[in-house]
Parts: sequence; C-alpha cells; structure tokens
Amino acid sequence: MSSVQPLPASEPSSFKKVQKGETLIEIRNLKMYFPVLEGIVFQKAIAHVKAVDDVSFEIKKGETLGLVGESGCGKTTTGRCILQLEHPTAGDIIFEGVNLNELDQKGLIPVRQKIQVIFQDPYSSLNPRMKIGEIIGEPMKVHGIQPDPGKRRQRVAELLSICGLNPAFAERYPHEMSGGQRQRVGIARALSLNPEFIICDEAVSALDVSIQAQVINLLEDLREEFDLTYLFIAHDLSVVHHLSNRVAVMYLGKMVELAESDELFDNPMHPYTEALLSAVPVPDPTTEKQRRHQVLQGEVPSPMNPPSGCVFHPRCPLAVDSCRQVVPPLEEKRPGHWVACTQV
Amino acid sequence: MATPEVYIDSEGLAEDQRSLLGKLAGLCRRQPLGAAGALVVIAMIVMAVFANLISPYDPELAAFENMLQAPNADYWFGTDQFGRDILTRLIYGARTALFVGFTCAFIGATGGLVLGVASAYFGGRFDLILQRIMDVFMAFPLIILALAVVATLGTGIQNVIIAITIPFIPQCARVVRSSALSIREIPYVDAARACGFSDLRIILRHMAPNVMAPYLIMLTTFVGQAILLEASLSYLGLGVQEPTPAWGLMLQGGAEEYAESAPWVPIFPGIAISLAVFGFNLFGDALRDLLDPKLRNR
Repeated sequence: MSSVQPLPASEPSSFKKVQKGETLIEIRNLKMYFPVLEGIVFQKAIAHVKAVDDVSFEIKKGETLGLVGESGCGKTTTGRCILQLEHPTAGDIIFEGVNLNELDQKGLIPVRQKIQVIFQDPYSSLNPRMKIGEIIGEPMKVHGIQPDPGKRRQRVAELLSICGLNPAFAERYPHEMSGGQRQRVGIARALSLNPEFIICDEAVSALDVSIQAQVINLLEDLREEFDLTYLFIAHDLSVVHHLSNRVAVMYLGKMVELAESDELFDNPMHPYTEALLSAVPVPDPTTEKQRRHQVLQGEVPSPMNPPSGCVFHPRCPLAVDSCRQVVPPLEEKRPGHWVACTQV
Repeated sequence: MATPEVYIDSEGLAEDQRSLLGKLAGLCRRQPLGAAGALVVIAMIVMAVFANLISPYDPELAAFENMLQAPNADYWFGTDQFGRDILTRLIYGARTALFVGFTCAFIGATGGLVLGVASAYFGGRFDLILQRIMDVFMAFPLIILALAVVATLGTGIQNVIIAITIPFIPQCARVVRSSALSIREIPYVDAARACGFSDLRIILRHMAPNVMAPYLIMLTTFVGQAILLEASLSYLGLGVQEPTPAWGLMLQGGAEEYAESAPWVPIFPGIAISLAVFGFNLFGDALRDLLDPKLRNR
C-alpha cells in the first residue's frame, strides 16, 4: 500500500484558532436515533432507539469534561457522533467554528487530525496483524505529516517513549504486550496526528487499578504537555472526579446535570446524580455503614420507548404528577450548575 | 512521567537462535499431518515444474506395440490403451491440475475476499443486493454451474478455468463476509475510520488481513476442489481435450472399459486425484494455524 498518495495536509481556513479558555467544541441539540428495521427487501423503521436525545454542551480549550452515566445511557454514542463515526439524526457539532455534521468524507479529513479517540478495550482497539510501529506510523503516513519513513520511525520511537514504552516495542505485535502497554500504544496512536481534542471512551475502565492510576497520570501529563482538551467518558466516578474540570451526567439519552467537578460531587442536585454518587463505596467501613444509601427502584426503561415527560420520573423519589407530562429543561439553578429537574 | 516497562522477551530470542533446520523439524513435530500435506503439495509442484526432466517417456506419443501393459520394470505404472506410459502422463497431468487448481483458487478466493469484506464494511443496501446476487449463484450446485459455463463458452483450458472460478467467488465471499461482519464491529476499524483512512485502505489493510484464516482455508480447499472439478469436467468430456495429459481425462479413458481387464489404467490417476485433494486440505489446515500470530508461539 506504499503507492497510496498521502492525503493533502492543508486545512480549510474556516477553522478558527481557539485560545485557551475559549469554546473549542459546542454540541447543540444532538440527537442520535437508531432505527429498528423490519422487512428483508423493503425495510422500514418500526421504532427508534433514542440513544442520544437532545443533548447540548460545550467544552473549552484545555478543559476536561467528564461524561458519566450507567451503561446504555448514550455517553459512548455521544462520543461516536462527535467523531463522526455515526451520523447524528439531528443537531450541530461545532468544532472551531465548523459544523462537522455538514462536512462530507473529504471535508472531515482535516478534522480527523484534530479530534482523536482512545478506546475502552486495549485488546480490540489495535489491529492484531500490524506491528506497533505500523499502527502508530500509519496515520502520519496517510495524512502526510511525516512522509519520510526514516523520520517516521524516529517519531514513532519518540511517541512510544512519551507514553512510557520502550521504543523497541515498535517491532512487536499487540498480542505480545500487556493490557496497560497496549492502552499506551492506543494513546500514542491518538497523539501521532498532534490532535487538539481527544475523546477518551472509557479509556481506563478495562485496566486494573494500579495500571489505571498510571494511565490516568499519563493522560494528565499529556494534557499539560500538548495543551490537550479531553472528553472523558467513564462510569467510574472517582476517576472522573480526579481528572475532570466539569462533569456532565447522562440518563437514558438525556443530560440531567452539568456542573463544575467539585460542585457536582459535593452538592449533587438532580435525584439521579444523588443516587449515582451514593452508590460509590466509601473506603472507610465505619462511615460506609452510617451512610444513607439511596437505592433506585426498578430498571432503566428501554430507550426505544422512553417514559413521557421527564425520563427519570418512574424511578424518581421526588416525582410529582407534572413530571409525567413536562420535559424538564436543563436550567442553571446555581452559577455554572445546570440541572434538568423541576423539583429542585 | 511513568517509567518504561521492562523489556523481557527471552522466549522470543531462543526461538530466533534456532537453526532453520531445527525450526523445520519442530514444525513437523507440531503439525505432522500438515507436514504430510506439504510433502504432497511440494511433490506435485516438483513434478509439474520438472515434468520434462523426470518423466521417462513422451506423454502424448502413442505406441501401440505397448498397449495396456501391466506395471513392470519399464513402465512402473503400466501403459494405457494407446501404449502411453501412465507414470509420464501422471507427471504431466500434475501440470494441468496445478495450473487450473491454483489459478481458479487464487482468482476465486481473492475475488470473494474483496467482495465479502466490502459487503460487510459498507453494509446496508450494497450488502443486501450483493448477497442476493451471491444467493443466485450459490443456488446452483458447483458442477452444474460449471457445466452451464462450459456449455456457453465451449471447452478448452481457459474456459474450464472461468467455469470453475465463477462458483468459487460467492462461496468465499459468503464465508469471508461472516468473519468480516464481526471484525467491522471491533474498535480498531473504528480507530482506522477516526484516523481518516480511506474505505479502500480500511478494507485492504485493516480488515482483509484479519480474515486471512477463512481466506486461506478456502484458498487451499479450492485448489483441491478445482483439481477435482477439472477432473470431473474432463471426465465428462467438457474440460481439457485429448491428447493433453490430465488426470480426469485419464480416468475417463480407463474407467469404463478397463476397470476389470486393466485396473492400473483408472487406479493410478484416481489415486493421484484423491492424494492431491487430500494433501491440499491438510496443508491448508496447517497453514491456517501457522499464519495466526496468536497461535504462532505456542
């Protein structure tokens, strides 16, 4: 495949240079509905799975936004929409002043350099037939960042050592490495294109605790060193608390609360966030025993047929009649603290 | 910054230091059946390449004074009804068999590989339409479809190759597609898309190498099947034409009239066909195990 022409590296001038503290990416009314199809030849949608339903938020340059919620709440789908791996049903994703939803395959090429992803499973996110050096070097070759093979090898070695790996690993295959090492390779690949924004999709969930800490430290170091912005998708609340500046909580495709990290963990306002936080065990057994646990009743409803009004009302301890009809808007209840609940 | 993790790979080093011969011996110990298959394949290839050097007689020249001789010191496998040495014709027949076998298997399996992976990668309507077309081809039994193609295009070695290749493509595409569908959902394909790689690059460089296992099994089985199909077509008089030496043709000449009176005429080409098909199948299985990097170091 060496005959493939490198893609043009030039970028359209429409991308604005964003300074630290300004909005890097803005998500407006994002909706991702997956159709449930019926029929073999003439397929028609009989229902929709509302994976992400009207979610809006923004991320400032240099900031880390944590996105939490239980499995199936749409946090990964949100990430995939931003990466344009799924084409959203509706809504705008505005990155450096450009609406990504309006770009075609070709127009997305410069965006691919700017937005990168680190996946959850370090075992399946690396192509088992490629050597580590090829995995990290290929994006640079395709995007024409480093067309010279010798310099590319050098850069690969550099990236490996930045990520705390021996440069000799470039000659290895993924199956010859441990989970933590592979995750570092995934990080090195994401860095190879000098991105500005990295989506960490459960990037540490599959690692054991001691390795988790190492990888989190690495992510923090890289954020300082390369001026990165993260969208940190996770379900481990303590990790999110540690790493994020702001945290957003999702439930059944909707955003229910968004606040500064400390504010959200100290003063959760939405009843779902409260329940979520009370489910985090406290390391001290005495405190743990005395603590009031708020256990939610029932199961998460199907996103194919979400409840009317507030999607949380069937399980909410504060629910009143009006919750069944009115969809609560995300409102700023305190400065910088947004909650989607009419009862707080 | 975290410290680099220690580089330990003593096992891999020991592997590399062994001599080539030692490696081969180890390989034979681990894969005795595969080694036997490889032996048959290699023997066939040598026979085909050096046919004019190792064969004692002319394969096409009739010598009626030697008709239907039983195996003896001069004619190890006997002679046929035209007095031609059967061993010589078997050796030259390997040429025809391998040429047809490899060409059909390679074109058929590779065509199927690309179509199957593309079908899985693009999905949706493209997948649907392509798979229904494949269904139409797969609805015909292999030999009937090959017969239909030969009936349309006429006999001769080129047409035989086309006739055998066409039914192989959907077979391989179907098997490859099912593996590719599962690979489509694995994050490294998403990672490749997130890096902005072209569809062609993702299909050829990221997905196709990971469906190599079914592809190689199909490829080697196809060589065996193609040899068998070519023999069948020749046997039915629709394939390679006399006097070109081909195993199916030799079987046809012998089976009907001489099965009882001169059994060596049909027996030896029959053995050659079965041995070749068997050898390629064993070889394919062993090859699959060896090419999978996850199984390699066990």
